[in-house]
Amino acid sequence: MTAATTDLPRAEAPRAVTLWRRFARNRAALLGLFLFGLVVLMALTAGLVEPVDPLRRAGDPLTRPFTDWAVPLGTDQLGRDILAGLFHGARISLLVGVLATLLSIGIGVLVGALSGFFGGWVDDVLMRVTEAFQTIPNFVLLLSLVAILGSSIEYITLAIAIVSWTAPARMVRAEFMSLRHREFVDAARNLGVSNASLIFREILPNALPPVIVYASVIMALSILLESALAFLGLGDPNFASWGNMIGQGRSVLRTDWYCAAIPGIAILLTVLSFSLLGEGLNDALNPRQKKT
Amino acid sequence: MTGPVLDIRGLRIALPKGADRPFALAGLDLSVNAGEIVCLVGESGSGKSLTAGAIMRLLPEPHVHVAGGAILFEGRDLLALPEREMKAIRGDRIAQIFQEPMTALNPQKTVGWQIDEVLRLHTRMDRKARRARVLEMLDLVHIPDPTSVHGAYPHQISGGQRQRVMIAMSLCLSPRLVIADEPTTALDVTTQLQILKLIRELQQKEDAGILFITHDFGVVAEIADRVVVLSQGEMVEHGPAAEVLNAPQHPYTRALITAIPALIPPKPRNFQGAPVVLRAQGLTKTFAPRGGLLGGKRRTVKAVDNLSFDLHRGETLGVVGESGSGKTTVSRIVTRLLEADTGAVEVNGKDLLACSPRELREMRRHIQMVFQDPMASLNPRKRVQDIIAQGPIVHGTDPATARARARDLLELVELSPAAATRFPHEFSGGQRQRIGIARALAMEPKVIVADEPVSALDVSVQAQVLKLLADLRDRLHLSLLFVTHDLRVAAQLCDRVIVMQKGEIVESGVTADLFADPRHPYTQQLLASIPGRGWTPPDLKTDAA
Amino acid sequence: MHLSQVLSYALRRLLQAVPVVLLIMVGTFLLLKMAPGDTVDALVGDMGGADAAYIEKLRAEYGLDQPVWVQLWRYMAKIVQFDFGWSFVYEKPVATILWERLGTTLLLMGSSLSLAFTIGVVLGAVAARRAYSLTDNMISTLGLVFYATPSFFLSLMMILLFSVKLGWLPVGGVKTIAAFHTGWAHVWDVALHLIMPTAALSLIYLSFYLRLMRASVLEVVELDFVRTARAKGAGEARLMVHHIMRNALLPVVTLLGLQFSTVLGGSVVVETIFALPGLGQLAYQSVIQRDMNMLMGIIFLCAIIVVIVNFLTDLLYARLDSRIALR
Repeated sequence: MTAATTDLPRAEAPRAVTLWRRFARNRAALLGLFLFGLVVLMALTAGLVEPVDPLRRAGDPLTRPFTDWAVPLGTDQLGRDILAGLFHGARISLLVGVLATLLSIGIGVLVGALSGFFGGWVDDVLMRVTEAFQTIPNFVLLLSLVAILGSSIEYITLAIAIVSWTAPARMVRAEFMSLRHREFVDAARNLGVSNASLIFREILPNALPPVIVYASVIMALSILLESALAFLGLGDPNFASWGNMIGQGRSVLRTDWYCAAIPGIAILLTVLSFSLLGEGLNDALNPRQKKT
Repeated sequence: MTGPVLDIRGLRIALPKGADRPFALAGLDLSVNAGEIVCLVGESGSGKSLTAGAIMRLLPEPHVHVAGGAILFEGRDLLALPEREMKAIRGDRIAQIFQEPMTALNPQKTVGWQIDEVLRLHTRMDRKARRARVLEMLDLVHIPDPTSVHGAYPHQISGGQRQRVMIAMSLCLSPRLVIADEPTTALDVTTQLQILKLIRELQQKEDAGILFITHDFGVVAEIADRVVVLSQGEMVEHGPAAEVLNAPQHPYTRALITAIPALIPPKPRNFQGAPVVLRAQGLTKTFAPRGGLLGGKRRTVKAVDNLSFDLHRGETLGVVGESGSGKTTVSRIVTRLLEADTGAVEVNGKDLLACSPRELREMRRHIQMVFQDPMASLNPRKRVQDIIAQGPIVHGTDPATARARARDLLELVELSPAAATRFPHEFSGGQRQRIGIARALAMEPKVIVADEPVSALDVSVQAQVLKLLADLRDRLHLSLLFVTHDLRVAAQLCDRVIVMQKGEIVESGVTADLFADPRHPYTQQLLASIPGRGWTPPDLKTDAA
Repeated sequence: MHLSQVLSYALRRLLQAVPVVLLIMVGTFLLLKMAPGDTVDALVGDMGGADAAYIEKLRAEYGLDQPVWVQLWRYMAKIVQFDFGWSFVYEKPVATILWERLGTTLLLMGSSLSLAFTIGVVLGAVAARRAYSLTDNMISTLGLVFYATPSFFLSLMMILLFSVKLGWLPVGGVKTIAAFHTGWAHVWDVALHLIMPTAALSLIYLSFYLRLMRASVLEVVELDFVRTARAKGAGEARLMVHHIMRNALLPVVTLLGLQFSTVLGGSVVVETIFALPGLGQLAYQSVIQRDMNMLMGIIFLCAIIVVIVNFLTDLLYARLDSRIALR
C-alpha cells in the first residue's frame, strides 16, 4: 500500500500557461484585452501617429468627422484635432489610471495587512480612519483636495489615490483575517518565522489574487474620476484629456454633438475593457468561483 | 409480502468531461425494503452521495446526470416521472437527512417555520393543526421544551438538536423512504450514538425503509441490516451486515475493514525512567467574548482550566475529548500559537511561555506541530521543498543544504524525492499530511504536537499515516502529544491518554488500563459511544492487500 | 429576533461612528489649515485691503493667533453646533445655505438609490436564475455598459436626445421657474425635472447592485439549505422568495450602506450639469469660488448624512439577518 502513496500525480503545465488558458476561455475577456491593447497602443504612439498638438488649432473649427482627411474625426469649436485629442488623452487617462491604482493599492495593502494581521487596537484605529475616509463622499473630498493642492497632474493622481484606497484596504483586511488563522500560517509561525515574513511572504501572496482583480475596478474608477474632474474644468490645463474634451463639447452640444460623443465613447470603451479584463483575471486567478 | 420500497437497477451516473472517470456510478443495483436499514458504504469520491441525488432527482444537471438504469420507488420509475409529480414525492414520500445540520437549515427562518413548510407544501392542514403536528414531531425526536425550540433560529440550538430537527422535518409526513446522507458525521461521538439510536427507534415505529449513506464501518456495525460497498463508482460487495462485516469477500472491503483501528490498546510501555521532555503546569485559558461596551452579555468561556501533564521522551500522550472540550486549545497553548492566561510549559527545561519573542523563535525548533487539515496547512503558493526547508533556513541552515535535506525527509515519509519541486495542490490528502510531517521533522524537534492529524483522511489513508507516525516515533525516539476526538485512533497509538471535558481533565492513565476500566462516568460514556464498539473487526491481516 | 438585540446592535454601530465623526472634524480642520489663505485673508480681500495692524487685530479676534490645538478645540466646539462659519461668497452663515440646499440633494439621492436598488436587485436575481443563458448575457452586458458609462457623458447624451431632439424633458433646474405650479402640478413638474438626473446618477450603481445580486444569488443557490428545501418538495418560486432572496439580499444591503457616500459624491457632477440647486452643485461652486468654509461645511454635513444612512441600513440589516446577535 505504501507504493500507492509514493505515486506522484502527473506534472502540471506551468502556472502561466494554466492562467492564460483559464483567461482565454472567457471570450469577453479577450475582447477586453484587445480593447486595452488598443488604448495602450494609442497612448504609446500618440506623439508618432498624431504629431499634431491636441491643444493647438489644426484646421477649421467644427469640421465634421470623415470630411477632411487631415483631421479624420473632425475638429472642435477651437479647431483642435479630435483624433489627436483621443490619442493624447489616452496617454493621460492611462497614466493617471495606472499610477493612482498603484498608489491606492499600495496604501490599501499596507493598511489592510496591518489591520487584518494584528487585529486588536491596531485594527480598531486603522478601521476608524478607513471609515472616516469612506464616510466623506469621495468626489467631494477629491474636489477639496484639488482645490487645496492645485490642478496639476501629479496632485490629481495623488488625490485620486487618496480617495480610492479604502476599498482595497477593506478587501485586504478581510483576506488577512480569514488567512491569518489558516493552519499554514500557524505552521510557519511555529517554525519561528517573523511577523514581517508571515505578512509579506506567507499571507500576502495568497491574499493578492482578489486584489489584483479589484485593481481593474480601481483603474476604471480612477479614469472615471479624472475625466469627471476634467469635465468640470478642474483638470490639468496643460494636457489633453477626454473628460475635458467632453466638457468643451457641451457648449456645442445642440449643433455639433460629435465633439462630446467621440471622447465619451473612448472613455466608455476603455472602462469597459478594464471590466472585461477584470472578469478574465478573476476566472484565471480564482477559478473555484466559477462553474464550468 | 409486497416488493421493496426502493429498487435501483443498473444505475449509472455520468460525470462531465475531464473528470477523473467517465461515470461517478457505474451500474449500481440496490434495494431497500420497508422497515430495513441499508447502508451504502464508501470512501470519499466513491459516488455514494450522488446516488442520493439521483434518487431525489436533484443532481447538479446537466454536468452530472443519470446515464442509464432505473430507480423504482414503490414500483414506479422515478426517472420517468414528470417534475411536477417528483416534486410531490420529495419531502412527502421520500425524505432526506443531510450531513451538516448547521448549513442544511435556512439561517433566516425559525425551526418551526421550516418543519411547517413540509406540511404546507404537501397537506391541506390548517395553521393550528400544523403547529400541533410540528410540536408533536419535535417531542417525538426527544427535544426538550419543543415550544421554545419551535420559535428558535437554527443558530440558537446545539448541533445535536439541529440534527434532531432535520429528522423531525423528514419524518413528519411518515415517508416510505428516508435517505440519510452521513447524518452523524458532523456530530460528536456521544451525540452520534443518540442520533443513531433515534433513527433506529423512529424507523421501527414508522416502518420506513432507510438508505443510510456513510463512510464509517463503526456506524455500519451499529445500525445496518444490509450493506452495499462502493469503490470508485463500482459496487464491489453487498449482503447482510453480519456477513459483510465479519467475512468480507472482496479485497477492497477487506482492505477497508483491516484499516479500521481495533479498540485494542498497545501493550503498556514503561516511561517512568525516561526524562520528561514536555511539562505543562497549571495552564488556563479563558476566551472573552468580543463586542466591548454593549456586547458584554455573553459569558466568558473557560477553554482550558488549570491543566497539568508530563510527556516523557519517546512517549505518546493522547489528549482525547469532544468538540468544546478544550483539547485543540491545549495544542495551541503548548506551542504558544495562542497565549495562555497562566501556567508554564517547560520544554528542554525552559519555560516556553515566559520566553521573549527572540528566545521564543529559537525555542520553537524543539516543539513542532502536525496540523489537522491537509488542505489548509501547506502554503498553496510554495513548492514542497521550500515548505519543508523553510524552518531550517529560518534557523540559519544554508538553503542548499536545507533543500537537499528536504529530499531526504521526503523519502523518510515515503514520498518520492521528485515531489520536492511540486506544489501542494498536486497531492492527495494523505500525501499532503506526509509533507506536513516532513516539515515538522526537518526541525529535529524533541516534541511533536499532532492536532487531529488523521481526522480529515479516509480510513485506509488514515491507517497508513498512523503507521508512519508510529514508525517514525520509534525510529527517531520522538515524543508525541496526540490530540484526537477519535478513541479508536487514540487506542491504536497512545501510551497514555488524558480525557478532557469542558476544559478539565476528568481522567488520565495508561491507555490499556483506561480503556479496560474507565472510572469517570464521562469516560465511560465516551467509550460506550464508540460506534461499533460491540463489533471486533475480523483479523484479515494474513492476506490483506 | 428581539427588538432589544436589534437596538443594541444598532447602538453599538452608532457608537463606532463617534470616533469616525471626530476624525472627520480633525480632517476638515487640517484641510482648512492647508488651504492657502484663512478667514482673515478672505475678510480683508472682501474689504479691499487693510493695514497690517488691523489684520493682526482681526487675527486675534478670530483666534488665529492661538496655538493650533486651541484653534482645533474651538473649531470642533463650533462645528458640533452646526456652526460652520461665514460664507464670504453668499454673505450668509454657511449653515443657512446648506439647509436650503439639503432638500434637493436628498430628493435626488432617494430617487436614484431606490431606482438603482430595486431594478438592480430584480435584474440581478433574474440573471442569476437564468445563469449563462441569453437573458443572463443580455442583462450582464447591459450592466457592464452602464458601469462603463461616465454619468456626465450619459447626461449630455440624454439631454441631446430627450431635450434637444425630442423636446420631452426639461434641460435643467428642479422646477419650471416661471410657472408657479402648486399641488400635484408642482409634484409632476419636479418629477419631470428629476427624471434625467436620477437616471444619470443611478445607472452606475444599478450595475453594481445587479452584479453583486447576481453573484450573491448564485452563491446562495449552492448552499445546503436550498438543497434541503428542494428535498422538501419546494418549487422554484417558493425557493426564490423564501429561501434564496432573503439570504442573497444581505451583501447587497451592506453595499447600499457602504456606497451611499459615493452616490452623494456622484451628485456633484449630475447636479452641476442639470443645474439642480443641491449640495453637489454647491460643492462645485465653492471650489470654483474658493469658499473653503462652505466646502468643509458640505463635507461635514455629508458625513453626518452618511452616518445616519448607515445607521438606517444597519437597522435594516439587523432586521433581515437573524444571526446578528452573534456578530
